[in-house]
Amino acid sequence: MNFAELEVGQQIGSRTLEISRADLVKYAGASGDFNPIHWNERFARGVELPGVIAHGMFTMGAAVQLVTDWAGDPAAVVSYGTRFTKPVPVADLDGEPGAVVEVSGTIGALDANAGTARIDLAVTLDGQKVLVKAQATVRVA
Amino acid sequence: MTINPQLQGRSYPAADVYSVGRESIREFARAVKAAHPAHFDVAAAQELGHADLVAPPTYAIIVAQRADARLINDPESGIDFSRVVHAEQKFTHHRAIVAGDELVAELHVDTVRAMGGGAMITTRAEIFSVAGDAVATTVSAILVRGEGH
Repeated sequence: MNFAELEVGQQIGSRTLEISRADLVKYAGASGDFNPIHWNERFARGVELPGVIAHGMFTMGAAVQLVTDWAGDPAAVVSYGTRFTKPVPVADLDGEPGAVVEVSGTIGALDANAGTARIDLAVTLDGQKVLVKAQATVRVA
Repeated sequence: MTINPQLQGRSYPAADVYSVGRESIREFARAVKAAHPAHFDVAAAQELGHADLVAPPTYAIIVAQRADARLINDPESGIDFSRVVHAEQKFTHHRAIVAGDELVAELHVDTVRAMGGGAMITTRAEIFSVAGDAVATTVSAILVRGEGH
């Protein structure tokens, strides 16, 4: 990738994330985050949630893959942050995903001195943002 | 249950060592639907100049949340884990995390703010290798929801 060819506003691509209950169980195991709100419907409703919700960190972690693939090296992502504004409820369905999240990325800023690009991610569920100010800084040069 | 306002400014020194293994990186990468070969294939990681498999950008959360657990499980904190919602997260990588790393985290409670019967708590984990080099800084904001929220 050539830094000089990048422009603010360029799209880096998009991806559709299909999320099932099994994905949340896998993420719980891989991350060590076993909070029952991410796998136990009764428990989630008992604490006034709409049902089982995805780990914010699952959504954040899956969304950044678009950036990693664009950068060509996972280690090029020097920083990454977001706010979690809406939960992602994941329904317990057979044969179809329990939630479908759309991810797209745009170059939000370029820093020629540092040789970095800031990628702004739009992450939505049913057209509503679930991550806000999801931004990753990528070392390009 | 109320959150102890005196938590602000508290810190927990580095304790348990987290050993980063290849299978842990592969399992985490699969869990976040990452497909980059540098997470799975040692030769592909080495071709990019890394010593071993490279962790995905959010992998440090494993170490950060273990550090957070020391605060959440601290009987003096007053935090009910079942009412914790993640509000904000940021990672700053000082170097890549690779398989073979031995990591420790120092946890700092930066702010505690009362909110609607609960509290917003910002923690910062400074992650180092056991050799002492800075690896990552993670900042988490968690909302502890009050009853009825």
